[in-house]
Amino acid sequence: MAVLNLIEAITHALDYEMGKDESVVVYGEDVGFEGGVFRATKGLQQKYGEKRVFDSILAESSIVGSGIGMAINGLRPVVEIQFSGFMFPGYNQIVTHAARMRNRSRGLYTVPMVIRMPYGGGVRALEHHSESLEVLFAHIPGLKVVIPSTPYDAKGLLLAAIRDPDPVIFLEPKRIYRAFKQEVPEEDYTIPIGKAKVVKSGSDLTVVTWGAMVRDTQKAIEIVEKEGFNIELIDLRTISPIDQETVVESVKKTGRFVVVHEAVSSYGPGAELISIINEKAFLHLEAPPTRVAPPDIIVPLPKGEHHYLPDVNHIAVALRQVLKF
Amino acid sequence: MFLKPYVPQSEEMVQIMDPNGNIVKPEWMPNLSNEEIIEMYETMVFSRIIDEKILQYQRQGRILTYAPNLGQEAAQVGSGFAIKQTDWVASAFRELGVWLRKKAPLYNILLYWYGNEEGMHMPEEVRILPVSVPIASQLQHATGLAYASKYRNEPDVTLGYVGDGGTSQGDFHEALNFASVNQTPNVFIVQNNQFAISTRRAVQTKVKTIAEKALAYGMPGIQVDGNDIFAMYAVTKEAVDQARNGGGPTLIEAYTYRLGAHTTADDPTVYRDQEEVEEWLKKDPIDRLKKYMLKAGIWDEEKEEALRKEKSEIVKSEFTKVENSEPVALEAVFDYIYADKTSIQKEQYYKLKALQEEVE
Ligand SMILES: Cc1ncc(C[n+]2csc(CCOP(=O)(O)OP(=O)(O)O)c2C)c(N)n1
Repeated sequence: MAVLNLIEAITHALDYEMGKDESVVVYGEDVGFEGGVFRATKGLQQKYGEKRVFDSILAESSIVGSGIGMAINGLRPVVEIQFSGFMFPGYNQIVTHAARMRNRSRGLYTVPMVIRMPYGGGVRALEHHSESLEVLFAHIPGLKVVIPSTPYDAKGLLLAAIRDPDPVIFLEPKRIYRAFKQEVPEEDYTIPIGKAKVVKSGSDLTVVTWGAMVRDTQKAIEIVEKEGFNIELIDLRTISPIDQETVVESVKKTGRFVVVHEAVSSYGPGAELISIINEKAFLHLEAPPTRVAPPDIIVPLPKGEHHYLPDVNHIAVALRQVLKF
Repeated sequence: MFLKPYVPQSEEMVQIMDPNGNIVKPEWMPNLSNEEIIEMYETMVFSRIIDEKILQYQRQGRILTYAPNLGQEAAQVGSGFAIKQTDWVASAFRELGVWLRKKAPLYNILLYWYGNEEGMHMPEEVRILPVSVPIASQLQHATGLAYASKYRNEPDVTLGYVGDGGTSQGDFHEALNFASVNQTPNVFIVQNNQFAISTRRAVQTKVKTIAEKALAYGMPGIQVDGNDIFAMYAVTKEAVDQARNGGGPTLIEAYTYRLGAHTTADDPTVYRDQEEVEEWLKKDPIDRLKKYMLKAGIWDEEKEEALRKEKSEIVKSEFTKVENSEPVALEAVFDYIYADKTSIQKEQYYKLKALQEEVE
C-alpha cells in the first residue's frame, strides 16, 4: 500500500498497466523525456523505453488520430492532451472517428484508447487552462467520460478505462492533483465505469457532484448539516454513461436534489441530471431540483476567476434553499 | 536580394553581423540611421528589463504565470521594425518585442500578465491581435487579415508569429497554404527557439531547416540568424515589401534560442544542460548590437546606464499602477461575452451579485 496524491496515483496506474500489458503505449506533448508538464508520466520513458513512451509532435489532431490507428491495430494507446482547453485540434478526430469507428465498421474495428486531459479551474492560470468541457464529450454517443476525485479512484478508474473496449475520455481535476494523499493499493483493482459512488448517505437531500467540486461540496455539507440536516453526497465519477440508478434511487429516498459542477450552467451536465430526475423521480420531489454552476461566461483570467467558480458558501446557500423549500 | 537566390535547404542562414558585433556582409547591411539603430537597441533592452522585472515579481508572488522572451529580442524587434505601425500582427504569447515596437502601452501588457483581460484592450492603432495561446491558431487569422487588406486594396501587410513547435500543427500548414493560394500579403515568422516546452526542435520535424517547409507551399522560405537584428530586419523588410507590392507571402525562420524557462511554471534544468545555455549566451542578441554600437562610436556605458535606469523606473512605476488597479468587478466578467447580456446571464448576474453582497 502506497500513500499517493492524485497525480502519483495516475503515474502508478500507468506504470502498473504498462508492466502488465505490452500493448499499452503512452504519448503526448512533453510526455516522454520530461514526463509531462504535470509529471503524470514521470519515469515511464526511462523504465519502458522510447518506443512505448514518447514525446509527440505538437499536434493534438495527430495525437488522437494516430492513437485511433494504433488502437484499431492492436495497441492500447493512453494519450495525453496537455490541457483540455487545447484538445480542439484533436476534437475532430475524437468526434468524427474515435466515437464512430465501432458503428461505422459494424464492430469490425474498435478504438480501445484512453485520452487523458487535465481539466478545470481554480489554478490561477492563463487563458484556455481552466475550462470544464465534460459535456462536449458526454454529448457524443460512442464516448465514455470519466472523472476521478480521489487518488484511489484515479487508479481504479484509469485501469478500467485502459481495459475498456471503447474510447474513454479521462478528465483529471488538476486543482486537486496534489491536494491530498490517500492509500492506494499496489495490487490490481478497477472501479467500474458507469458507477457512481455514494460518498456519504443521508435522508434529506441528494447532492451530486464530481472532480474537484467533491471536496468543496463536502465542506458545504458539513456546514449545513450542523443546522440539523442529513445530506447524501454522490460522486458521479462517470459523466457518461450516467449511473441513473444510483442517482434516481437516492432522490426517491430524499425527495430533494442539487447538482454542483464547474462547467457553465446552460446546457451543462446539471441539465441532463435534472432531466433524468424529472423523468424518473418526479412524483417523489419535494423541492425543485437545482443546479449550482458558474454563470454563462468565459472563465476569467486569475484576477476575475473568483466570480466564476461556485465556492463553499455559494454551495451552502443553495443546499439550504432546497432543504427549506 | 535575399528571397530570390536563397536556397532554404542550404543550412546557411542569413547573417549580417556576427556575435562580436562585426559586420560580415557589408553589402547586405540595411540602410538604417544611427537614431534608428539606437531605437532598436533601446527596444531590445526595454524588453529584456521588462522580462527580468516580471520574473522578479513572479518570484515574489506578485504576478502569476509568465512566458519570458529572453534571448529572442532581436528576432522580435528586428522583424517588428520592418513593418509600419498600420500593418497588422497576429502573434502567440512570447512576442513582447513586437508589442513594444507597435507602441503597446506597457501598462496594458503588464495588466494582462497580472491576470486581467482588460490589458488586452489595446489602443486601436497597435493593431496586434490579443495574445493567442492555442499554438499556431493565430496564423489562420493572419491570412484573413491580409486577405481583407488585399480585398480593399489597402497597403497593409500582416505578420504572423509562431514557434518551432507550432510548425507541427495543422493550422500552420493550412495558413501557409491559404496565403500562397490566395497570394495574400503575409509574412510568417517562425521563432525557432529550439524548444517547445521540453521538446526539442529535432523531435518536431525531420527537415534540416524549418525554412524549407515553404517550398511545399510555393513561397520563398529563408533561414535567418535570429540573434542578428540587422539580418532579421533586412530579410523581413524585403519580404514585407514584396508582400505589400503584391508579391505574395514569405516564410522566415528566425534561428534563435530561448534563454529562459518556457514559462515561470517550467523548470528547464529537467531537460537541458547549463553548458548549452552558456554557449547561446555568447550569441546574445543585445550584447551583439551593443558591441557594434560601441565600435561605431554611437553608444557608451554612460548612455547604457542611463537607459537601463530609465527603463527600470518605467517598469516599476507601471507595475505599481497595475498593482493598484481596480479589482475585477462582477460586471466585467459578463460584459464582453456578447454585445448584450442574454436574459439568462442577467439573471445569473443578479443572483451572484446578491450572493456576494450577502457575504460582505
Ligand atoms: C493547441 C495547443 N496545444 C498545447 C498547448 C500547450 N503549450 C503551450 S506553449 C507550448 C509549446 C510551444 O512551443 P513553440 O511553438 O515552439 O513556441 P515557444 O513556446 O517555444 O515560444 C505548448 C505545447 C497550447 N498552448 N496550445
